[in-house]
Amino acid sequence: MTREAVISVQNLMKTFGSFHAVNDISFEVYRGEIFGFLGANGAGKTTAMKMLTGLWKPTSGQATVAGHDVFTQAEKVKRSIGYMSQRFSLYADLSVKENIELFGGIYGLSTRHIREKRTELLSRLELTSSENELISALPLGWKQKLAFSVAMLHDPQIVFLDEPTGGVDPITRRQFWDLIYEAADMGKTIFVTTHYMDEAEYCDRISMMVSGKITALGTPDDLKRQFEAKDMDEVFIKVARHTQPIAQ
Amino acid sequence: MKRFAAFVTKEFYHILRDKRTLVILIGMPTVMIMLFGFAITNELKEARVAFLDHSNDPQTLAIQEKILASPYFSLSGQISTPAEIEDIFRDGQTKLVVIFENDFGQRLEKDGRANIQLIADATDPNTASTVVNYAQAIILDYARDLPPQQSPPLISVLSQMRYNPELNGVYYFVPGLIAILLMLVSAMMTSISIAREKETGTMEVLLASPMKPAQIILAKVVPYVLLSFLDAMLILTLGKFVFGVPILGSLALLLGVTLLFILLALSLGILISTVSPNQQTALLLSLMGLMLPTILLSGFIFPIENMPWPLQVISNVIPARWFIIVVKSIMLKGSGFFLLWKEILIMFGFILFFIAVSVRKFKIRLE
Repeated sequence: MTREAVISVQNLMKTFGSFHAVNDISFEVYRGEIFGFLGANGAGKTTAMKMLTGLWKPTSGQATVAGHDVFTQAEKVKRSIGYMSQRFSLYADLSVKENIELFGGIYGLSTRHIREKRTELLSRLELTSSENELISALPLGWKQKLAFSVAMLHDPQIVFLDEPTGGVDPITRRQFWDLIYEAADMGKTIFVTTHYMDEAEYCDRISMMVSGKITALGTPDDLKRQFEAKDMDEVFIKVARHTQPIAQ
Repeated sequence: MKRFAAFVTKEFYHILRDKRTLVILIGMPTVMIMLFGFAITNELKEARVAFLDHSNDPQTLAIQEKILASPYFSLSGQISTPAEIEDIFRDGQTKLVVIFENDFGQRLEKDGRANIQLIADATDPNTASTVVNYAQAIILDYARDLPPQQSPPLISVLSQMRYNPELNGVYYFVPGLIAILLMLVSAMMTSISIAREKETGTMEVLLASPMKPAQIILAKVVPYVLLSFLDAMLILTLGKFVFGVPILGSLALLLGVTLLFILLALSLGILISTVSPNQQTALLLSLMGLMLPTILLSGFIFPIENMPWPLQVISNVIPARWFIIVVKSIMLKGSGFFLLWKEILIMFGFILFFIAVSVRKFKIRLE
């Protein structure tokens, strides 16, 4: 089976002064894949993600996202991706409906298109009766589902999720992952950062970053075999311990 | 354009749903102008005056009457010995004691000159000097009406308070008040609202969208331009119809300059937001860096000419200083553009400078 790469990264670097936040990383993400991007805080995963979403310019290397160069076509990159940040990304003092209209408007959707999307999205999430409620009145789990759906309002090829389940209970987290699977089944590519190791198991493939470098890459089963570990927790600890002396 | 409209709508929702913002936008200007107009005035009304009259003749009584007939003074009491002066000041009500020397009327008729001593309570120096000035003016007025003597006074001074003959405090405060409120609404509110997007993380989402940073900022400030402008109109209207502050110059020029100052304040607000990671920093920076200098150093309360020279130099970089000069000239003197172009140019310069610095700061963050 030949797989089409929708994100392709070669020797990407981001340097702040003499500090290499992202140090020469290369990988590919395929269409319809759930790609987990793991690493401790400060390992460089947020920096890498900011470059791939067109927020920051890389120092050197090459990267294309949805066929667009992140150096020269940041605008086109932004148009073809959805983004949901670790901090909650809807406006709390706006109603469900107003948030949908706002983000539809920002992505340049027509009024009719937004209306259709809104009806479809609200009935799918069973939120139709709450469309005039303020976001601040919704339970956290619902807010996150809504934020995820709003990030996909403009039918992006790729959705970037930056620690989307931070601070959420395990059941809500599981429900959120159901949404992610649904999106992947529809052909969306999901690029997700997390530091929950149980969530890593849900991904098709994962990469682990330590000190700005990708030190492990593969399916969860591959990695467990490679590092002779019984679960991802152990893989992560072994990867981190193994790499630290080299990085120093 | 549709993007822009969607974003501006959202910004209006934010403003209209936040009660505190609304209070600042509408309540603040009204309360402030009422306070400054009615309560806090430099002008004198019914200051209490006491007389120590050693001669009690028709002339001294006429002067007393003339002083008391003016709206500025009312009688505190008559005293008969110098020792009582101290006591009458101590109770805090009396601001001025007028002392007539012995045989005041006789000397006046015989020599053409007689002495009056004014003693004022200078615990509040501004009031003291105003009280003395007013009393002097009334006494001089009396002296002018006397039949001409063989040796008339050599020099007589006639003063006139041009542009504000009644020395009405509101005239003076309205321009300064506009400056302060525009700073508050435009600079402080925008900096806080941009910082809020950073704090809650929504700024990241916006930056990851196809909207350009300049579009985001522009869409965020548009509602504030509108609201600031309405605020300025509110103050001008209240000033004109409640307190009778005149607008002698061109209204178009006045509104144009006001708009220019709003843009200036907004560019400052944007600059503050680029260096503030959260709302609290933005608020503190606005209050310490904008509001205090604007109130203290712009000439709004304390005349710039009376400041020590280092502060005078600093006051040059307070944008409100130039705005206040321009607004006062337009409203009270009716000055036109050709007299004020220098100040207007300086305001333009500030805007360009602040925007250039903000863009630079923003670029550094992206690279």
